[in-house]
Amino acid sequence: MIDYLVTILLIAGIYAIFALGLNLEWGFTGLLNFGHVGFMAVGAYTTVLLSMNNGVPLLLSVLAGMVLAGLLGAFLGIPTLKLRADYLAIVTIGFSEILRYLLLNEEWLTNGPIGLCGFPRPFQDLVPIQSYNLFFLVVVLSVLVIIYSGIELLIRSPWGRVLKSIRENEEIATSLGKHVFSYKVQSLALGSMIAALAGSLLAFYLQYINPRNFMPIETFYAWIIVVLGGSGNNKGVLLGAVLFWGFFSGSRFAQEYLPLSPTQVGSMRVMFIGLMLIILMMFRPQGILGKKEELSLER
Amino acid sequence: MLRVDNVVAGYTDVDILHGVSIQIDKNEIVTVIGPNGAGKSTLMKTIIGLTKFRGGEILFGGESIVGMRPDKIVRKGMGYVPQERNIFPTLTVLENLEIGVFVDRGCLDENLGEVLRIFPELRGRLHQKTGTMSGGEQKMVAVGRALITEPALLLLDEPSSALSPKLRDLLFQKIEAINETGTAITMVEQNAKKALAISDRGYILEMGKNRFEGEGKSLLEDADVRGLYLGG
Repeated sequence: MIDYLVTILLIAGIYAIFALGLNLEWGFTGLLNFGHVGFMAVGAYTTVLLSMNNGVPLLLSVLAGMVLAGLLGAFLGIPTLKLRADYLAIVTIGFSEILRYLLLNEEWLTNGPIGLCGFPRPFQDLVPIQSYNLFFLVVVLSVLVIIYSGIELLIRSPWGRVLKSIRENEEIATSLGKHVFSYKVQSLALGSMIAALAGSLLAFYLQYINPRNFMPIETFYAWIIVVLGGSGNNKGVLLGAVLFWGFFSGSRFAQEYLPLSPTQVGSMRVMFIGLMLIILMMFRPQGILGKKEELSLER
Repeated sequence: MLRVDNVVAGYTDVDILHGVSIQIDKNEIVTVIGPNGAGKSTLMKTIIGLTKFRGGEILFGGESIVGMRPDKIVRKGMGYVPQERNIFPTLTVLENLEIGVFVDRGCLDENLGEVLRIFPELRGRLHQKTGTMSGGEQKMVAVGRALITEPALLLLDEPSSALSPKLRDLLFQKIEAINETGTAITMVEQNAKKALAISDRGYILEMGKNRFEGEGKSLLEDADVRGLYLGG
């Protein structure tokens, strides 16, 4: 039972980091990123490939994944962030799918659909295998604390105020002497780096990665977490991650009580999440901890 | 200080301004009036660099600012207050004012004092979310925010719109007070009479072109102008 709780907290922690990156982009800057998972994949694959085949130290491989994801984020942002918000959404979702197909087909590098395993994990020689998950939970939670506090500091800084002003009204931010475009690129790059970090952690946790780990639905899990907890509220993201994975994992037990096949229960869970979101949108569109006036719909 | 010379500009593929020229000298208040659709707001946006520029010349302090990014123009000493939705509602008054600053903290404290001297109404409410304030108070925040960088020229797009007559008079008093600190002001106004009364000069636009120009008071007394634009 403890093991089970540890697993849920681990995955919730990793997705909380992942969703914090999205919340920086969407919740604070108003950027519509539908391809967040692509940057997670960049982080996971970069870290694994560098550390496994080339013997690059783990910390460096993680940092390399983050830098690459940050550059890719900026690269995608530069042609699209001057356009309307929906173009970024289209381009990012396209990017994440193109990337997944690359990972699937460039077998010489990624081992294609079979994926990669047997790569090193942090401190694996020092921690006994039975308690590795518990140890790794501490690692994930420490990273989460650092990312959470870092973002909280940033959004309270003058830089963060400019992001919020862009979310609320781009034209005025511009007319107050802010180079809106460059702030948006920075926000997207930073959010992507955070996604990459979550990707590296996910790889260490799963011990096995393949392109199927990075389907578009993962992006929307992050969206559900952000929307559920409350856009623009980092505490909400933490709560959203725990609730989402608590439900997602807990509902596996529903199998015992329902006269349905495992496939049907799987689909039921997803349907139930959809239903919950619809109800949430009807009665509390700002999410559990969000503020109504921060909903950036009117733009 | 500012010379707009025969400017043609507009949005993606429509031109709104078909050759507009205006001039503002140091310490002047200049009002631009005209019927709806004359291009008044577009003129303000064009000066600050928010529209598509297609011809003419704009000189600010003797230097061409055509094609310059708005943030650069603001740094050269121009402030702009848009007509509507001109505050950041989820941010507090202080945060709204701070967004205007792009230099150091010391400058903020000093200029904040100056803004609060002109708008003492905001003094006790620095930590209130601006979204919860009245229209008049929001307007003060928006104007105060533009002042915090000490612009040499302030562009106001319909500062009195959606205000009660009493608040409107108050706002015009504030505009005069700002002008007395050495800031030149260009505003676009629907309340043409009130605005012209405090203006050194005025321009009347129609269909994206200059129609009349003259001293504020003489425009107010001109029979044609009165009949056509000031409601008799």
